[in-house]
Amino acid sequence: MVDQSAVGHRFTPVTAHVEPGRLRYFLDTLGERNPVYRDAAAARTDGFAAIPVPPTYLFCLEMLDNEKPFEFLTALDIDLGRVLHGEQSFVYHTPVVVGDTLTFSPRVTSVTDKKGGALTLIVVETAVTNQNGVHVADTARTVVVRNG
Amino acid sequence: MNVMTEMKTEVAVGDRVVHKQFPAISRHQLALYCGASGDHNPIHVDIDFAKASGFPDVFTHGMLVMGYLGQALSDAFAPSRIRAFSTRFAAITQLGAELTCEGTVAEIFEAGGERRARLALTTRDQNGEIKLAGEAVVAL
Repeated sequence: MVDQSAVGHRFTPVTAHVEPGRLRYFLDTLGERNPVYRDAAAARTDGFAAIPVPPTYLFCLEMLDNEKPFEFLTALDIDLGRVLHGEQSFVYHTPVVVGDTLTFSPRVTSVTDKKGGALTLIVVETAVTNQNGVHVADTARTVVVRNG
Repeated sequence: MNVMTEMKTEVAVGDRVVHKQFPAISRHQLALYCGASGDHNPIHVDIDFAKASGFPDVFTHGMLVMGYLGQALSDAFAPSRIRAFSTRFAAITQLGAELTCEGTVAEIFEAGGERRARLALTTRDQNGEIKLAGEAVVAL
């Protein structure tokens, strides 16, 4: 079982590229037709330098370009079949647009047992910076581990 | 500035400002989302793995459902206005779920030198069961 010793654990930073083709695949999968995500002119009209990413796409980028997307599970000795996504948050500081190169730096910030140890909640917070060193976003995910 | 953005700048607490329905979730869509998102956890696409993990069938990625909620949100508020977005995954979303995403204005406040609204967001299935409960902060 994951215990308090995991708090403070940092995972390998991930460098991710915001590529237009992969973004379109995401948009098509969700049936997203909003022109701001598909048309550079529409994006500029809304004040962006280039096509922006949808609100949840940072989560995808971190996994897409991760050489070990489940590192946080193997590092903490957690079985992939026993995890659920409990919560997810995004705080946006500066727009992320097609062509950006992002760096994700994740770390464990809390470990909490629930239901007498039947569940363990692990919070991983990730700072995201771009190619200019600008802090563009903070994300946090709560992973629920079903123990026993 | 598009018309929709202009429309949503005048809001009051209690207004339902986000509302969008989505078609039933299929196995095909889960397979596509696996590739599109980089989340290759087999529990969402491999029924053998799902059963071995104690589930009756594969089930929807929470982030696919949050992706829908994000789409509903940015239909109502231009992406340049979205300051924060969070959800709790209240229940597993099964195959075939027909999701409705809604958001109402919970609070209007000043922060960062601008007027902002805090929205209370939900995603429910066709039976009315809440799958996601969350919030967003948008600039007005």
